[in-house]
Amino acid sequence: MGDVIVVTSGKGGVGKTTTSANIGTGLAAAGHNVVLVDTDIGLRNLDVVMGLENRIVYDIVDVTSGNCRLRQALIKDKRYENLYLLPAAQTKDKTAVNPEQMKALALELKNEFDYAIIDCPAGIEQGFRNAIAGADRAIVVTTPEVSAVRDADRIIGLLEAADLKNPRLIINRIRPAMVKRGDMMDISDIMDILAIDLIGVVPDDESIVISTNRGEPAVSDNSSHAGEAYRRITRRIQGEEVPLMNLEAPDGFMDKVKKFFGMR
Amino acid sequence: MLGYREEEESLLEFISRMLGKESSSKNIAKERLRLVLVHDRSDISPQMLNSLKEDLIKVISNYMDIDESALEVNLSQEDREVALVANIPVIRMRRDYASKDKVQL
Repeated sequence: MGDVIVVTSGKGGVGKTTTSANIGTGLAAAGHNVVLVDTDIGLRNLDVVMGLENRIVYDIVDVTSGNCRLRQALIKDKRYENLYLLPAAQTKDKTAVNPEQMKALALELKNEFDYAIIDCPAGIEQGFRNAIAGADRAIVVTTPEVSAVRDADRIIGLLEAADLKNPRLIINRIRPAMVKRGDMMDISDIMDILAIDLIGVVPDDESIVISTNRGEPAVSDNSSHAGEAYRRITRRIQGEEVPLMNLEAPDGFMDKVKKFFGMR
Repeated sequence: MLGYREEEESLLEFISRMLGKESSSKNIAKERLRLVLVHDRSDISPQMLNSLKEDLIKVISNYMDIDESALEVNLSQEDREVALVANIPVIRMRRDYASKDKVQL
């Protein structure tokens, strides 16, 4: 039986889709059979992040409503033949699927794959309820901003109320130089507030924009800083213990001045 | 030239911080989050407030008779403080309290 992992956040734009794409690709690179499921019906995006937008024939609503079989809707990845995408429908809305159908779908996916990564839509309404319905575990993505952390806190409460215990946290878009000068909450600040276990920290990195432009997740790019962070997260998902990346900003001119005066 | 630069703080920012003009924005963020989450979290579970209410009634009833139906427990926020505010109408003091050896919870 495979593992169904939902990637969620509450707030939009914190990197759920990018995270789903990278985790899924990373797990496939490690040799697992993986399916990525886009549940953001009406606003599908995982297809473009994966660079698979031209190959869509059927979508998740076709599967849950019995229009086609699961196999017909799955799109094989460009690079990894053990990685598939089940795209969201673009012309319908979130009420086109219900939690019961999602549970049945998750069960079917678990029989065929080692991992199913569910990309959850923003919000706490039916799209969210659908996305978490069949999940075994949850990953909450946040960024070091007041609004994103607040929404993550709300989502954690809802996940636990839905019996998805011990969600794991990814802190995305950390900017080490800002943390260093006290203008961005750091890992321990956010962990104190949210009080759940961390599964990874991803630095803010231009390579994510570039890899999204190309439709090739950064996790396969060995020179990408964020890609390295996702490689480590992928290993942790498989149960390995991996140290956090060193995100210390190098000393700049002002740090040297401060050190000289004994101020740090 | 446009585009952001997030490197080290400028000399001006450094000096103004040393002069104590502003606390780091991260601490402001943390403090604001702390306050807002007290409310958010209490909104998630009215059950919690309810069982708190029941426990309060149990404890206070050992000392005095209170009007349980009029009892109110709420969170209130004033500026930078969050407080638990309870309004508990007392009907009468319990006369038997003095004779008890120990308060039974």
